[in-house]
Amino acid sequence: MNQAVTRKDGLPDPLSTPLDQLDVADPRRFEFDTWQPLFERLRSESPIHYQAEGPGGPAPHGDFWSVTRFEDIVEVEKNWEAFSSEPSIAILDPEPDMSVQMFIATDPPLHDDQRRAVQGAVAPRNLQEFESVIRQRTQETLDGLPVGETFNWVDRVSIDLTTKMLATLFDFPQEQRHLLTHWSDAATSDARITAGRGLSIDERRAIMIEMLQTFTELWHQHKANDRESFDLIRMLQRDPKTENMVDEPLSYLGNLMLLIVGGNDTTRNSMSGGVLHLHDNPSEMAKLKANPSLIPSMVSEIIRYQTPLPHMRRTATRDVEINGTVIPKGGRVVLWYVSGNRDADAIPNASEFIIDRPNVRNHLSFGMGIHRCMGNRLAEMQLRIVWEEILERFEGIEVVGPAVRTCNSFVRGYHELPVRLHPRI
Amino acid sequence: MPVITFIEFDGTQHQVDSESGLSVMEMAMKHDIPGIDADCGGSAVCGTCHCFVETSSELAAVEPQEESMLGLRPDREANSRLSCQLQVSEQGGDMTIRLPEYQM
Repeated sequence: MNQAVTRKDGLPDPLSTPLDQLDVADPRRFEFDTWQPLFERLRSESPIHYQAEGPGGPAPHGDFWSVTRFEDIVEVEKNWEAFSSEPSIAILDPEPDMSVQMFIATDPPLHDDQRRAVQGAVAPRNLQEFESVIRQRTQETLDGLPVGETFNWVDRVSIDLTTKMLATLFDFPQEQRHLLTHWSDAATSDARITAGRGLSIDERRAIMIEMLQTFTELWHQHKANDRESFDLIRMLQRDPKTENMVDEPLSYLGNLMLLIVGGNDTTRNSMSGGVLHLHDNPSEMAKLKANPSLIPSMVSEIIRYQTPLPHMRRTATRDVEINGTVIPKGGRVVLWYVSGNRDADAIPNASEFIIDRPNVRNHLSFGMGIHRCMGNRLAEMQLRIVWEEILERFEGIEVVGPAVRTCNSFVRGYHELPVRLHPRI
Repeated sequence: MPVITFIEFDGTQHQVDSESGLSVMEMAMKHDIPGIDADCGGSAVCGTCHCFVETSSELAAVEPQEESMLGLRPDREANSRLSCQLQVSEQGGDMTIRLPEYQM
């Protein structure tokens, strides 16, 4: 009976193993959805946790600090001067020769100039223009689904809809939109954060160059065909601070990657996550069906519960204290949004999925401070429309097999979610 | 106590009696005034309680954190403030707060 238990993620037990022998960022905890106990332990035992690079330690990342409590994460987010977003917002430093520049990984004033140039595209005024297009595409996608058969929700709905939206945002040819998904996946599939299963540096570089070439052509086509349009590329072209961005390929490529990943993985995985969370919580589904006006509140809860981007990273620009611990200059500081969003000291009953919880918008999934997600209102609108249209058509979405999750510590999401639709009676 | 008048983007007005110890954002939330989201709950880190102060007695200065969030607003004006940073007090006079077209 004393047989050692083999954990499904193949990793050491997160509660009994000494903390210094655990890699907080091991992507397999996200692949197998076993991440919660370790983060709960960190919030309680070591809320500002140093992980050394060492013989038993995790070679791919090097050493870093983990911040896991809600309030501490907000404090770090506020102090952007001491906790810089340069050179990278992921645990890893940029690869050699791939040091693209994106505004999410810069500090003011450059950050503010570049962000302001594209912010209008996703401002609520512009979103009203997009709403009918999004609704029409959502209806087409949902009407084309097989009822009573098993299919993969991720491919047929989540990827399809987010990619169509992204093509609209860039005024990118819809018939080539699969390329956007391909590039977005490549941008986050660094072998160093995917337990070796991602792409090599050379493979990623080739894909990024292909993306840059396509978007450079698109820039010139849009320029030649200047019309009243609020797509992201024309907005960059119209702003004097970014009108020549195409001449700085690393900056152009970096910002494209930011906008493509930011508008893709996040919404896609929240679309899949919502289906799974409602399946797992039938009483919440009953609440929703009884009161569809809960959709906006539920959308915020789905985004909190899913936390599609588990972390962002900052780098200390000087020795700086946070919650009693001094982080030395140069220290890499990882803000675990996924953990802050389950911090019961900040969010009552944080581990539960409650679609009508009080202060439902007060979560960390969009980040806080000057790097807070720019597309948050667009994401919320897309999810709201999907759920409005789902409730019009279906009695329920049954998850009929195990979800296959991504093995990645930067993107918490799904490859497969087998479902079956039940039509409205 | 002083009176706070909120003017929505479409011109709809709401007058509420202020309460000492609350921020203008908290007054808006308490009275369900549309147009203030306050996603972060009052820490000046989300920017979704942006407002324009039309009339007021002297206000606390803009702190660096508030300034950095206001700096991201495409619709910023000279009288832009984050309403979570405006405390209501008995000594203060009436205020008129205009709400923006959108929060983001």
